[in-house]
Amino acid sequence: MLSNGTTIKIKDTSPPGHIRTPKYIRGKTGVIERCVGVFENPEQLAYSLNANSYSLYRVRFKMTELWADYEKNSNDTLDAEVFEHWIEEI
Amino acid sequence: MPHDHPNHDHDHDHLSPSGHPYRQDNDEPLTYWQLMEISVRELMIEKGKFSAPEINQQIDLMDSRSPADGAAVVARAWVDPDFKQRLLKNGASAAEEMGFEIGPMHLVVVENTLNSHNLVVCTLCSCYPRNLLGLPPDWYKTKEYRSRAVKEPRAVLTEFGVSLPESTVVRVHDSTADMRYLVLPLRPESTAEMSEVELRKLVSRDSMIGTGVIQET
Repeated sequence: MLSNGTTIKIKDTSPPGHIRTPKYIRGKTGVIERCVGVFENPEQLAYSLNANSYSLYRVRFKMTELWADYEKNSNDTLDAEVFEHWIEEI
Repeated sequence: MPHDHPNHDHDHDHLSPSGHPYRQDNDEPLTYWQLMEISVRELMIEKGKFSAPEINQQIDLMDSRSPADGAAVVARAWVDPDFKQRLLKNGASAAEEMGFEIGPMHLVVVENTLNSHNLVVCTLCSCYPRNLLGLPPDWYKTKEYRSRAVKEPRAVLTEFGVSLPESTVVRVHDSTADMRYLVLPLRPESTAEMSEVELRKLVSRDSMIGTGVIQET
């Protein structure tokens, strides 16, 4: 399990089907804000498949990392929930 | 005016006796998805998965929830520091202490401070803490709010009438999976003497989404 504060990167892939990792955070670097538990993978649940259970993390990104033209307070952040199989340690 | 003469000017044909225009009947052809929902519902009832009264009970339960529930949780957190700590640590179990069922979703409560402001959005659809706030407002589900809240939150906040100093850190929370988010708004300093019951009335729905703040009284 990844500890809070670990710097990570979101995988930059676009697999077909139902995914919950929004495009705007793929390939971006953030830090683990907290692990919120283990949940069944919605990518499989969406098709009534037997789902693997994965750790779910809240990942915090700087707005300036997500948006090149973000102007205001450079400390502004965005948190999103990301399943472990989308996360790469760096 | 009632239609009591035959050769009248037809302009007021569309007005009711009270002088207001008649409204169109509220009947429109079913959309594809409405038809799908009715078909699936009737099939499930036929197969005995649940009954029609059970569906109505669930709809009544959903309609009975309102921002007043979330406001009660916020007011408790303002007056009871121990409760607030439990709420920030585990939102669902703290809300359940007050008798609010949170259901299978987890609740993350994010606290506004003098230096930081939280805003909640669901870019993928319309995830919302329904068990504490009831149904989401229509704008929460619009593509415009969902796309702009994560990209230009300060511009969105300004349009909601919330102007933050540039030094205030904005933290946006995108509900992409199993968490639901409730903002714990900043308690106005002028409310120091107010009781928990009085405080509840000040807490607006938008202040718990983050698109509003509670003004000093």
